[in-house]
Amino acid sequence: MYDFLTGPMLWLTFAVSFGGLLVRAVMYVKGLSWQLDRVAYRPHMKYGIRGGVRSILAFIIPFKARLWRTRPGFTLIFFAFHIGLLVTPVFLEAHNVMLQNALGFSLPALPTGVADGLAWVCLVGGLFLLLRRIAFPEVRIITTFYDYLLLVISVLPFVTGLIARYEMGDYNFWLAAHILSGEIWLLALPFTKLSHVLLFFMSRMQLGMDYGIKRGGMKGTDMAW
Amino acid sequence: MPEGKFCNKTPITTDEQLKATLGDKGGKQYYEEMNHLDVDSDKLWASIQKTMKSRTKTWLEICAHCGLCAESCFLYQVNGRVPEQVPSYKIQSTLGVMVKKKGKVDNEFMQMCMETAWSKCTCCNRCGMYCPHGIDMGVMFSYLRGLLYSQGFVPWELKIGSGMHRVYRAQMDVTTEDWVETCEWMAEENEEDWPGLEIPVDKEGADIMYTCNAREPKHYPEDIAEAAILFHVAGENWTVPSEGWEQTSLSMFAGDWECCKDNVLNVYAALERLKPKRAIGTECGHAHRATVIEGPYWAGRPDGQPPVPYIHYVEWLAEALREGKLKIDPAKRIKEPVTLQDSCNYVRNQGLKDVTREIISYIVEPGYFVEMAPNKEHNYCCGGGGGFNGIGKYREQRNVALRKKRDQILDTGCKLVIAPCHNCWDAIRDLEEEYEIGIRWSFLKPLVIGMLDVPKHLLPPEE
Ligand code: SF4
Ligand code: SF4
Ligand code: SF4
Repeated sequence: MYDFLTGPMLWLTFAVSFGGLLVRAVMYVKGLSWQLDRVAYRPHMKYGIRGGVRSILAFIIPFKARLWRTRPGFTLIFFAFHIGLLVTPVFLEAHNVMLQNALGFSLPALPTGVADGLAWVCLVGGLFLLLRRIAFPEVRIITTFYDYLLLVISVLPFVTGLIARYEMGDYNFWLAAHILSGEIWLLALPFTKLSHVLLFFMSRMQLGMDYGIKRGGMKGTDMAW
Repeated sequence: MPEGKFCNKTPITTDEQLKATLGDKGGKQYYEEMNHLDVDSDKLWASIQKTMKSRTKTWLEICAHCGLCAESCFLYQVNGRVPEQVPSYKIQSTLGVMVKKKGKVDNEFMQMCMETAWSKCTCCNRCGMYCPHGIDMGVMFSYLRGLLYSQGFVPWELKIGSGMHRVYRAQMDVTTEDWVETCEWMAEENEEDWPGLEIPVDKEGADIMYTCNAREPKHYPEDIAEAAILFHVAGENWTVPSEGWEQTSLSMFAGDWECCKDNVLNVYAALERLKPKRAIGTECGHAHRATVIEGPYWAGRPDGQPPVPYIHYVEWLAEALREGKLKIDPAKRIKEPVTLQDSCNYVRNQGLKDVTREIISYIVEPGYFVEMAPNKEHNYCCGGGGGFNGIGKYREQRNVALRKKRDQILDTGCKLVIAPCHNCWDAIRDLEEEYEIGIRWSFLKPLVIGMLDVPKHLLPPEE
């Protein structure tokens, strides 16, 4: 089981996940329409790229966009959650050992304590995001079952990973569960709203281009996002 | 497929239809007929498939349902923060459902969409600045309005408004003759005070072609006179076209895209006919958006620019003051607390935030200008944007919407509000009528004329 999950299944997962995301990126760009979107992408590419980059940076740097400053509490949880979610798996020592065995190279590994901490941050962050969906009427009204499901898919690898890590219960079972849930997460990327790992950048870039080309950029006044 | 006499899927294209629909006071029969109007699901779905591209599709799909956009919408704020006013909810429950059901929706649903699109969103584009994914609800609601219009689900006034644009190429029944006569009349009327004042019609090769909002010839002809006086004092070589002088677009608010294109092409035709060096539009936000920001795309101009450089009045005024073409008498500057209404349609849609403040620096005594909070691109809609001001059916909701601007103005402590946008100007007038907070409001033109330092040779000979 372990061999299958970390062998063929893993390769298939990577292929589907990254291949799928690539397809989505291409489809996104192909589906832009200067006339319907009312953005002259091509003739003003320079303004567009500039606006797009500004727009992305404003929202991936904590507290840079005005939105982040208006809700410091949420911003902290949000960034902690996302950083934990992305950084931990990539720089986890155990993952890098596998990488070394499979491909002969590895990335710098996080000290165990930091990795544990990040995983916990992720879990707690996820819990907060879940609670606020229930607690705040303005979030509750737009929340669907699907939103909860995606949250579960996202944190499940961490839950199972931590259980395996602390060797609670049957280690092999939890390890297999961890790998499987990680693969489910990866497989879900291109097909669900989790595609925002990529489409966030596309959408932000697009709106940034809109602002950079038509809504101020060419008038020499950058928008204070 | 029962279509009504007034409420149907066919745009108004003749004067008779227009008069008849207008005759249906308040749209009583119109809205009654709307209750029986069928939805053409196939056509609706076909047009969604054809026009809904990556941007809108992705926006609908990746909305994280995080609710961060809630607080950004002034309508959410003034309506007791009810969850039904959360921008994401408003679009997901309308356009989102329409797409999910592949256009198979019923009359009741379409009427709910109409109410949401025209009374719960002014297309002010503010939420787009606050959504982490960059989802701009204002853009999506404009899109939804287009779909609703094509199915006949549009408020009575806007059906008429876009009909006006189709029949008269103006938002009001101002004909070419009416317009030219008004220009002549205004020039004559002011000749005595301003010797040599002219409103040159159809002059080829002028430096400036001036365009305006049909309300000016119809209801405030003095606005045209004021523009003429300022161009005259500044020594500009200018003209107005006899055709293509009207740059507003109620059709944009109605969602009548075909009509939008027709109107903007009419203005551009005037530019091509008269070949001015550049064009200047009046103090109007949505007119500027229609002719200068969105118009080039409707007209199919790949560079997204009008045929000649086309600027908003505030840009010309700032330039004239900067270059000394217009001089302000320091003694006559505004010496009372004064605030400025940033019009979404040229601030959030074209970044014209600093030029307006530059004008302020010339006409207001230092220390008297008070900013609204928030301001510039973060400013709130006046409360009546996107056609909201003009729709009788939603008057009550509009009056609630005005509260945000009322409170913003009250917080500045100013009694004078500068509003270089026709629609904002109207909304502020209405809010004074409704809430009586004791304020005055003004366009820039009359203020500036009142404080000009006019060269002797332009003044009437002394008796
Ligand atoms: S802020 Fe953006 S992503 Fe979040 S709910 Fe609103 S529209 Fe959706
Ligand atoms: S565009 Fe303006 S009015 Fe419409 S939902 Fe967004 S913030 Fe609210
Ligand atoms: S009327 Fe003025 S403030 Fe209101 S939406 Fe239009 S431009 Fe914005």
